[in-house]
Order: sequence, then structure tokens, then C-alpha cells
Amino acid sequence: MSYIDTPFREYAAGTQPDNDSPAYKSTILRHPTRKLVKIPQTVTELSGPRFSAERFPPTDNLALNNGKEAQGERIIVEGRVLDEDGRPVPHTMVEIWQANAAGRYNHARDQHDAPLDPEFSGIGRVFTDEAGAYRFISIKPGAYPWGNHANAWRPNHIHFSLFGPGYATRLITQMYFPGDPLLALDPIFLATADAGARERLVSKFDLEITQPNWALGYRFDIVLRGRQATPMEDGHDHR
Amino acid sequence: MTTASQTIGPYWHLLEDRSWADLTRFGAAGEVITVAGTVTDGAGAPMTDACVEIWQASPETSDVFTGFGRAATDESGRFVFRTVKPGAVPGPGNTLQAPHLAVTIFARGLLFHLATRFYFEGAPENENDPILSMIEDGRRETLIARQTEPGVWHLDIRLQGEGETVFFEI
Repeated sequence: MSYIDTPFREYAAGTQPDNDSPAYKSTILRHPTRKLVKIPQTVTELSGPRFSAERFPPTDNLALNNGKEAQGERIIVEGRVLDEDGRPVPHTMVEIWQANAAGRYNHARDQHDAPLDPEFSGIGRVFTDEAGAYRFISIKPGAYPWGNHANAWRPNHIHFSLFGPGYATRLITQMYFPGDPLLALDPIFLATADAGARERLVSKFDLEITQPNWALGYRFDIVLRGRQATPMEDGHDHR
Repeated sequence: MTTASQTIGPYWHLLEDRSWADLTRFGAAGEVITVAGTVTDGAGAPMTDACVEIWQASPETSDVFTGFGRAATDESGRFVFRTVKPGAVPGPGNTLQAPHLAVTIFARGLLFHLATRFYFEGAPENENDPILSMIEDGRRETLIARQTEPGVWHLDIRLQGEGETVFFEI
């Protein structure tokens, strides 16, 4: 099996949310109460699944369903997947899912009183290129109410799922939109202590990505764990 | 610094492809086993909206074996995978790790996924496994699946409270 045996770095303090975050009510009965057992990264954690575009075909235009346009504000989302040293993470699978423009998921359990859009499934899958870059087209998801507290609304967001080079780099996150007044009220967003880390979950409006008369562009770069030390290439002097 | 994790939420099933629960679907050969269990919360209630993923470094991945599976828990909190039984793999130093699957739990209410392992009861390597030996007596069995019938292995995962599963920081 091909993998690099240099361990991945520990997460920097405050940059990841704590599962014990009672303001987000669903965490109360679901967070472990015992301390996590820190284990060394072995072949199991350092290697990880590989997905090929041949076997897992990309769907990079969520705004189009069999040639029919979804309702809503068309957007282009573009970014790079990098490690903590700024190195691209090439050819990695990125899964995306989101609510429609009205704030409703195409999901049986979503009973929000907002219209479904027959032309919007809300699912996509793309792969990063050699430089770690990805891109997809969608519509801006709507905000929606949820039962966490009185008059609670989730900010507009797109879900992202990434794998990276190893099992230890697995990441599921959410991309938010700039200027959303609901962010300051959202216990999921606020569960990450570090303000800079929260800010990096907010995409940036980008006029370069924006296409005239067609779609607004947003940039969202994603950073996966880097290695504890820079791996040496074979044949080099390691001293 | 890394991008912060966020919950998978209750509507992640948009991603679900049920065929992903069968790691043998591309024709992998070997000892085919069923791996099943339930996921419960701190009140002992089944978690009906969880996403369970498994990853195994053995047997080696190939065109017909990705080593990766994903399954949703059903109305009773149950998940089921079909895969090829893993063999022992190297551990830190000169140690040998007993056959195991890495298991990840994502769910509404989990802001960061939980990592655990699924070992197989009766495997002779369990006794000297470098990871199992880091775990205090009385909690180790939360990682050891039992064979309920030939080829069918079962392990319950409890996120909180009595019998809480051992989860890892990796």
C-alpha cells in the first residue's frame, strides 16, 4: 500500500469545535464524556481510501438537472484544497450537498414549509486537480429554521466532505457566505473557539470568479492536516 | 491551521449510495464477512440519523477493493457492512496490530467525527495489539466484535454513558 509514514500534525488549539457544546442541543446526549484515547498514527490512520473519477463520476453542476435550470441565484464556488504547509492536495474527492434556494433539502425528513424544486437535488461530487483546485456550479442555498432554540435559523451553507491523503485527514465541514447576519447567532458556527478558524469557514465573494450576466463567484479554500515534518524524497541526503 | 469540522447534520443522506455499504461490490476476493451493530446515545436511544464509515488497511486496496465503506443507521440505529476480513498489519516499532477496521461516526450533534476501531473476538493477535493495550481494563471490550453466527460480527457503539465506546484522538 502506498502511503507516507510521517504522522499528521496535531490540530492547533481552538481551531476545531468541541463536541461538548451544549448551546447546540443535539450535542448534549451525543458527546462522549470519557477522555479520547490518544493513539499513535499507524498504517490504518496514515493511509486512506482513493477514489477515482472513473469509478465515482463527478457531478459539478448542481444548478442543472437534465438540461433544466434549478430555481435560485446561480453561483460558482471555487477553491483549493491545501495542507497546513500550503501544499496542494491533488486528485482528492470533494462531496457537496445543500438545501435549495428556498432553504429546503430534497430529503424526506426535512419538513420545512418551503417549496421543493424538482430541478434541484442538491448533491454534487468533484475532484481536485493537480494544483488542488476544485470548482462547481450551484445555486445559493436558502436559510432555514431549526428546532435548536426559539426562532433559530441556520445561516446559508453548503456541506463539504473531504478525504485527503489519509484516514486521519478526513473532514466534513460547512461553507458559509459572507455578510450573513445569522452567523453571529448560530451555535454550530460559534462552537469553534478560535475566531480566525470560524472566519475561514466563510467563503469570500470573488469578482474574478463571477461571470458577467451569469453567476456570482465565491472562493472557499480548505486546509487539511499537514505532516509533522516535511517528508524527504528518496535518494536525498537525510542529514 | 486546518479548516474547522462542522456537523454532517440530519440531511447527509443526500450523499448516501447504499451500494457503498458493500465493500465487495467491485468483486473483491477473500473471506467475506458481515459487520453490524447499533449506535446509541447517552439516553440509550438508537441514533437513526448517523453516518458510519469504515476504512481498512488490509487487505491491500486495489481496483476491486477500495477498503472504504459508508452506511446509514436505520430506524433502530443499526448499520450493516459487507466486507473482506482484514489481516494483521504492522504497528509502531516492531509490533503487530491485530486485524481491525477503523470506524468513524458522523451525526447531527457531533461537531467533530468520532473515531474508534472494530476488532474481532478470538483473534490471537488481540492480546499483544499495541492499541488495545493502551486501553484500561473494562473498556477494551467496547472495541471487540463478537461473532453472532458464522461470518457475522456484531459490535454496538455507545456514544455516551454506561458502556461508552472508547473513542480515539488520532
